Amino acid sequence: MGNYSSLENTAKNIRISIIDMLKEAKSGHPGGSLSAVEILTALYFKEMKVDPQNPNWADRDRFVLSKGHAAPVLYAVLAEKGFFPKEELNKLRKIDAMLQGHPDMKGTPGVDMTTGSLGQGLAAANGMALAGKLDGKDYRVYALIGDGECQEGIIWEAAMLAAHYKLDNITVFLDHNGLQIDGANEEVMDIEPIDEKFKSFGWHVIKIDGHSFDQIFKSLEEAKNTKGKPTIVIAKTVKGKGVSFMEDVAGWHGKAPNEEEALKAIEELGGRKDG
Amino acid sequence: MANMIATRDAYGEALRELGNKNKDIVVLDADLSGSTKTALFKEAFPERFFNVGIAEQNLIATAAGLATAGKIPFASTFAVFAAGRAFEIIRNSVCYPKLNVKIAATHAGLTVGEDGATHQAIEDLSLMRSLPNMVVLSPADGIEAKQCIYKAAEYNGPVYIRLGRSKVPVVFDEDYKFEIGKGVELVEGKDITLIATGIMVEKALRAAEGLEKEGISARVINISTIKPIDKEIIIKAAKETKGIVTIEEHSIIGGLGSAVAEVLVENHPTYMERVGVEDTFGESGDGGVLLEKYGLSVSNIMDKAKRILSK
Repeated sequence: MGNYSSLENTAKNIRISIIDMLKEAKSGHPGGSLSAVEILTALYFKEMKVDPQNPNWADRDRFVLSKGHAAPVLYAVLAEKGFFPKEELNKLRKIDAMLQGHPDMKGTPGVDMTTGSLGQGLAAANGMALAGKLDGKDYRVYALIGDGECQEGIIWEAAMLAAHYKLDNITVFLDHNGLQIDGANEEVMDIEPIDEKFKSFGWHVIKIDGHSFDQIFKSLEEAKNTKGKPTIVIAKTVKGKGVSFMEDVAGWHGKAPNEEEALKAIEELGGRKDG
Repeated sequence: MANMIATRDAYGEALRELGNKNKDIVVLDADLSGSTKTALFKEAFPERFFNVGIAEQNLIATAAGLATAGKIPFASTFAVFAAGRAFEIIRNSVCYPKLNVKIAATHAGLTVGEDGATHQAIEDLSLMRSLPNMVVLSPADGIEAKQCIYKAAEYNGPVYIRLGRSKVPVVFDEDYKFEIGKGVELVEGKDITLIATGIMVEKALRAAEGLEKEGISARVINISTIKPIDKEIIIKAAKETKGIVTIEEHSIIGGLGSAVAEVLVENHPTYMERVGVEDTFGESGDGGVLLEKYGLSVSNIMDKAKRILSK
């Protein structure tokens, strides 16, 4: 096990930023943002080649937030990384603001693909990976999809394409928190066995605890060493992770905390500390 | 008999020529490369051709991803699947981020023929025209189709190009120069104006000839850029002739007729008639016969022109 105390502190600050910005915005999606904090923190603060001063750098690694409603976690990470000032976070979803309800690649530095309508991001990520192969570039493409999102048909069109074109330069994380707007996946529309589904579609499948940095980094290494096929990391996560009253509650999919709830959440998270 | 070329054939040839000139051109198809003629590009540049299988949503979203990395993707399938089935992907993953994706949709309109109503896109111009950032092109013949493809490749942003299945008479000379957003006056006239798009331009020309024999001077305008539409040429025609007949192989709702009506209502209201598919689906049959049955005929154009002149 590596020492991830610095990343853990960053993850905590990201969670606090998510709570803060949603409280200010008075709407948005905390549950599926909090469940993906470790994955995005690992990618942006250790794994990915990106340059906040040159967000459109042609050789950068790409990240596509296919589950675009988790925009708060992406925005918090990009601001923490220095792609844009943190003051922007508190204007989320407000008129004339840079930060839209769902990611807008033309308006927000560091956003590699406009997303929000589920499923399309994975297919766009494939396009980026195809372009990388065509140009002989060694950048990698990462995408985060949701479990409810796997109910979209285009996910499986894209899954077929990635395997057909042997896109071993793409790594997809499935934020498997088990909940969607109307309830548990298995009640709304069962997606299991999701690992077997991707396996049968020609993917290399890795299953991890999506809140363990150690397991996330091991999966990233395994993905890089997997040749000739795309990799999906099925990350078991807790929706609303880190805030006791939000954890595993479908109702916190698309509801912002009020002042009191936000205070309580930030207190639970231990308050913001730098370093 | 005039030289006959299908606009889809011109597309395939233009793609192959572009592929030589620009290495960033990539082509995607959804299992219809023989029909859409992207196979011509595939043969010449197999490494830059991607078949996505029968998956039109994936076709467009994959093209969007390629565009983010600097490629100039041309994505092709039949118009009914491109504009219809993939509509929301075009909206959210192409037009909203203004990505450099070209959607060259073939088999548009009734002249798909025998395949019947399921495959006859008569609402694609309407759908595509409603999207912000989208340029919508509807070439009249093989020569203009090639020009549209070249200009679409030069333009940075989403473009929808409407192409047909059937061979159609060549209207333009080889040295014709198409420009995005510019209509072209093909025949001078002072009594009435016929504004046509796509394969109906040739019928408009023949209607003008017929009207001339009856002593009516009809102006003929080709509008191949449905959006952004050439307002000036329309307003000028409204001022200089008694009224306007629009002619398109498309529903009378939302396409060329609606676009022209919008310009007229806000600038120079005048008499207007629309020739098009009158809010109904098509059916199986020979393409040419279908056009006659559904009123997309020289005689119907002449009748509508005379109806305006009798007012």
